[in-house]
Amino acid sequence: MSSRRIFARPARFAAIAPYVWMVLFFLVPFGFVLKISLSQTAIAQPPYEPVFDLTAGWDTLKAAFAALSVGNFRLLGSDDIYVFAYVRSLTVAITATALLLLIGYPIAYGMARLPKRWQAVAMVLVIVPFWTSFLIRIYAWINILQHDGLLNQILLALHLVSQPVVWLSTDTAMYIGIVYSYLPFMILPLYATLAKMEPALEEAASDLGAPPWQVFWLVTFPLSLPGVGAGVLLCFIPIVGEFVIPDLLAGSNALMIGQTLWLEFFTNKDWPVASAAAIVLLVVLLVPLLLYERLQKRQLEQGR
Amino acid sequence: MRKVSGLSRFNIASLAFGLAFLYLPILILVLYSFNASRLVTVWGGWSLRWYHEFFNDRAMIEAAWMSLRVAVASATIATLLGTLAAVALSRGERFRGRTLFSGMLYAPLVMPEVITGLSLLLLFVALNAERGFWTVTIAHTTLTMCFVAVVVQSRLGSLDRSLEEAAMDLGCDPVRAFVAVTLPLIAPAIVAGWMLAFTLSLDDLVIASFTTGPGSATLPIRIYSEVRLGVKPEINAICTLVIALIAVVIVIASLASKLSSSQGESAAPL
Repeated sequence: MSSRRIFARPARFAAIAPYVWMVLFFLVPFGFVLKISLSQTAIAQPPYEPVFDLTAGWDTLKAAFAALSVGNFRLLGSDDIYVFAYVRSLTVAITATALLLLIGYPIAYGMARLPKRWQAVAMVLVIVPFWTSFLIRIYAWINILQHDGLLNQILLALHLVSQPVVWLSTDTAMYIGIVYSYLPFMILPLYATLAKMEPALEEAASDLGAPPWQVFWLVTFPLSLPGVGAGVLLCFIPIVGEFVIPDLLAGSNALMIGQTLWLEFFTNKDWPVASAAAIVLLVVLLVPLLLYERLQKRQLEQGR
Repeated sequence: MRKVSGLSRFNIASLAFGLAFLYLPILILVLYSFNASRLVTVWGGWSLRWYHEFFNDRAMIEAAWMSLRVAVASATIATLLGTLAAVALSRGERFRGRTLFSGMLYAPLVMPEVITGLSLLLLFVALNAERGFWTVTIAHTTLTMCFVAVVVQSRLGSLDRSLEEAAMDLGCDPVRAFVAVTLPLIAPAIVAGWMLAFTLSLDDLVIASFTTGPGSATLPIRIYSEVRLGVKPEINAICTLVIALIAVVIVIASLASKLSSSQGESAAPL
């Protein structure tokens, strides 16, 4: 037996503890979400009617299954608020991801063109803001965008506007916040693929007479598609369920699904509807999630 | 030959824009935390007034203390579990349930936090667990161990495996080979993983809001409820302190990885 195989045996045992943990605290909880999404709302603590009780035996269990209520899901489908919330979440996520790609690509491209020594520095500079608190970064923008904030003061001083512009509680502010918070997630995978690219390929295309935009469009961009895919998924999936940024920066007239879930849960105390909203959100994200997992796995395990 | 590589003016402009965009808002926030004026937009001279106010705000201090305790505890457990998971995935070859295992580890990296938070809360309610320090710690551990696993796994993947094999050919059993050879080599990644877990926990608002109980708010929860009421200079001071803490953590992390990574290139922190 090769030493590699011998090494693998105890390594497998290392999986036990994290495996049990993740089943207990990641997989099982989804079962509870599903269960409660199918139960009735009740004014009680906790605020839902129990659907079934595992200790009550098989017959009651069968009866309980027959009485499962899909009413919460029907409510989600029929109430305009929820339909709008899902549509808005998807529109916001698609728009924001497109913006992130447009803004992040040139930055990642510039990084990949830096001399090797400076590339490491640039990468650290992009990562560091990711380490500072998410909430703090949104708060920093509230400082800038508020009525008498820095942005309005600058615009007024330059006589670009005659009176302060309302930035806060607008979609513009929300998009600024999202792009700001997620930019490192877009730049890093893009940079990773662009930095690995062979510069000779671009040079060859250029030597053969392609103008720069054609070199980019026919050579650079297609070769960077794996990075584009990773960056897009890494941004799109969490943005769909985003809560903090739209809550603090966007107006309250059009809610995203993360906000309605939060509202149902904390304000209306309607746990079953909140759970149903979570299940629908999960279903919407299932395909991108699976795509992302395959990508992640391929990336981390290609050396095996 | 026409040279395509090398920096064009467009490259430099986009880099400059990117860095300014990433850093200016934070710098402005830090600057205004030292502003003597209550009006956030008027510069009233340098002052530590808002820091003073923060240190006299008992509720804020308690929240900060709670956040620090949760961050240390959850980062430590997460580092342990995440490292084990990374070892199993990158050295365990094939085992039963591997696909489910890696699936459960990668999904929380992008899973919207409202879903993770809600599902964990429903579990805690079903178990009739008292919500507070431990429920938040468990929730944060579940999220952050996945990040640790990815950081450590990418380091393990780039290691030269003949080193472990050499140790075993020289008579080490697998466990000894791991402790003596592999562990020192992945130490920088483990340190980086702990730091990442620590800052993610310190930062989290959504999952903590779901899983905490009455009377044990974390710092982000308190900041969030203040921010909803509007801009307050005291918040600028708190944010600056958190940024300073995280900066210290990053410096320690990079020093630690520099010290121990002379053997090879260090793992990317993400």
